[in-house]
Amino acid sequence: MDSAGDIAIRVRGLTVRFGRATILENLDLDVRQGETLGFVGPSGSGKSVLLRTIVGLVPHQVGTIEVLGTELDSASTKERERIEQRWGILFQNGALFSSLTVAQNIEVPLKEHTKLSRGLIDELSALKIGLVGLAPEAADKYPSQLSGGMKKRAGLARALALDPEILFLDEPTAGLDPIGAAAFDQLILSLHWNLHLTVFMVTHDLDSLMTICDRIAVLGKKRVIAIGTVDELLRHDDPWIREYFHGPRGRAASAAE
Amino acid sequence: MSESAAARRPEGWLQAREEGGALAIAAGGQWNLRTAQRMERDVARFASFKGKSATIDLGAVETLDTAGAWLVHRLTDTLKAAGASVQLINVGEAQHALLERLSQLNAHVEIEPPRRNVFLLIFERVGEGAHEIWIEVIEALSFLGLAMISLAKLLIHPRQFRARAVVYHMEQAGLNAIPIVALIAFLIGVVLAYQGSMQLTRFGAEVFVVDLVAVSVLRELGILLTAIIVAGRSGSAFTAQIGSMKINEEIDAMRTIGLDPMQVLVVPRMLALMITLPLLGFIADIMGLLGGAVMANIELGVSPGVFVERLGDAFSPWSFGVGLIKAPVFAGIIALTGCYMGLKVTGSAESVGRYTTRSVVHAIFAVIVVDAVFSVFFAYIGI
Ligand SMILES: Nc1ncnc2c1ncn2[C@@H]1O[C@H](COP(=O)(O)OP(=O)(O)O)[C@@H](O)[C@H]1O
Ligand SMILES: [Mg+2]
Repeated sequence: MDSAGDIAIRVRGLTVRFGRATILENLDLDVRQGETLGFVGPSGSGKSVLLRTIVGLVPHQVGTIEVLGTELDSASTKERERIEQRWGILFQNGALFSSLTVAQNIEVPLKEHTKLSRGLIDELSALKIGLVGLAPEAADKYPSQLSGGMKKRAGLARALALDPEILFLDEPTAGLDPIGAAAFDQLILSLHWNLHLTVFMVTHDLDSLMTICDRIAVLGKKRVIAIGTVDELLRHDDPWIREYFHGPRGRAASAAE
Repeated sequence: MSESAAARRPEGWLQAREEGGALAIAAGGQWNLRTAQRMERDVARFASFKGKSATIDLGAVETLDTAGAWLVHRLTDTLKAAGASVQLINVGEAQHALLERLSQLNAHVEIEPPRRNVFLLIFERVGEGAHEIWIEVIEALSFLGLAMISLAKLLIHPRQFRARAVVYHMEQAGLNAIPIVALIAFLIGVVLAYQGSMQLTRFGAEVFVVDLVAVSVLRELGILLTAIIVAGRSGSAFTAQIGSMKINEEIDAMRTIGLDPMQVLVVPRMLALMITLPLLGFIADIMGLLGGAVMANIELGVSPGVFVERLGDAFSPWSFGVGLIKAPVFAGIIALTGCYMGLKVTGSAESVGRYTTRSVVHAIFAVIVVDAVFSVFFAYIGI
C-alpha cells in the first residue's frame, strides 16, 4: 500500500502570480505516498503559498496538481470534494472555530461529511483528542481558553477528524517551546506510524527535519531547487542549502542526531 | 447469531458462526469512516450474544482507520460485556499498533460545558448584570479621572501634545463624517417641517413652523443626531482600533517602551472629537434649518425671505448656544466610552466585536441621559 513508488501529490509546471509578482514559476514536485516530506526555504520564498495552492486556497495560473491520482483542475466538484475529505490541514495557529468547544470543532467535519450516529461521533472526537495528546479535560474548553500548543494539537485533531491520507502542516512547531516541539514531532511520528499518513510539512525546525522527515525539499528561486534525504542535502552545493545545514544551528541539530 | 446476520458486503463485512457456545467472527473488507455507519449497526447486534468465548478474525480486513479500529474495539467490548472471553486473531502489525493505541485512550469526554438550570441561570445573569453595571460605573469614573489627569499633564508638558494624531482623528471622525451628518440633518429638517405644517395649518398657524423647526433642530435634534452618528461611526472605530491593538499586545509593548496609552491613544481621540463634534453639530444645525426652509417653501409657500425673517424673531443666540454647548460633553462621552471599551478587550477577535457593540450602545445611552440632564438644567436656569 505505501510502497515508495506511489505518488500522493504530483505537481507539474506550477506557476503562481499575485498581480505582477511571480511567487512560484514552473515548479515540479512529487510527494510519495506514506512519506513525511519536510519543506524548507528562505522566509517569503512561497512555501505557504505552495501549500495553499495545492489545497486550492490560492489559484494558480499555469500547471497541474494531481492528488491521490486525481487531477484537481479537471476534477468535477464531487471528485474534488472526495479528495478534500482525504486530506487534512493544520493551519499555523490552529484556525479553530472560536464559538465551538474543542470537541465540537472536531465534530464539524464528521457531522458535515458522514452520517454516523451521535454516540459514535462523540467517541471518535474523544479518540482524536486523545490521539493528539490533549487531556480529556480540554474537550469542553473553548479555543480562547487554550494555550498556543494546545490550540495546535486541537487543530491537528480536527485535521485528523476524517482519517485523512495526507496531512498538510504549515510550521507546526513554530511558537512552541523546545519540549513542546519535540513532543509534537513524536506525535507526528506516531500518527505517521499508526495512521499511515503522508505528511507534507513546511517547517524551519531543524530538529523536526532531522527527526521525522523522510525527505526534505528546498524551495528557492521560485522552484524546488533540491529534494532528497538529509544526507543527500548535506552534500548539496547550493550556497543557501550549505548555509542552512552547515550553519551553527544545522550542525547542532545533526550532531544531536 | 445466525447466517443471516452477515451477508457478504462489498465494503466491509462481519460474519459470525456459532459452535457450541463459541463464536467465530470473521471481519473483512473496508473498515473505515465511510463504512462505519453500517458496521456500527452490525457490531451492535452482538450485544445479545450469550456464550462463553469468541474469536474475531481480522485476516480479511483490507483497510482499518481509527473509526474502523474503534468499532473493532467496541465489538470486543460488547462481547466482553456479554460475558464472553474474546480473542483477536490474524491481526496485522500496524493494525495491532492502532488497536493498542486506541484502547489506551479515553473515549468519553464532555463535548461542551455542562448546561445549567435555566431559572438559576436567569437569576444568576440578572445578579451578575447588576453587579457588572456597578463595577462598570466605578471603572468608567476612574477612567474619566485618568483621562483628566492625562489632559492636565498635557497642560503642564505641552510638548507631549500629539498634533498629528489629533489632526488625523479630526479628519477621520470629523471631516469624513460631514456628508452623512449633513444629509441626515437635512432630511430631519424636511420631516419636521412637513409634519409640523400638517398640524399647524389646522390652526392657521403655518408660519410657526419656522419656530418649530428652529427650536427642535437648534436645541436638541441637531446635536443629538450628530452625537449618535459619531458614536456609531467613530466610537465604534475607536473601540475596534484599540481592541485589535490590545489583542496584538501593542498596548503592552507601548507600556514597556514607556509610552502611556492614555497619552498616545486616548487623549488625541478625545481632543479630536471635542473639537470636531461642535463643528459637525453646527453643520447639522444649518442643514436642518435648510431642510425645514425647503419643505416650508414647498408645502406652505413660506418663501425663504419670510423664513429667515421669522427665524430672526424666533432665534436667540442662546438657541445655538444651548445646543452646541453640549457638544464637547457628548464628544468626551463618546471618545472615552470608545477608548475604554477598546482597552477592555481581551483574548480573541470575538471580544473586539462584543465590545464594539457595547461601546456604541453605551455611548448613545449615556449621551441621551446627559442630554436629558442638560434639558432639565437649562429649564431650571431659564434659558
Ligand atoms: N494573498 C497574497 N497576495 C499577494 N502576495 C502574497 C499573498 N500571499 C503571499 N504573498 C507573497 O508571496 C510570498 C511568499 O509568501 P509565503 O508563502 O507566505 O512565504 P513563506 O515561504 O515564508 O511561507 C511573499 O512575498 C508574500 O508577500
Ligand atoms: Mg509561511
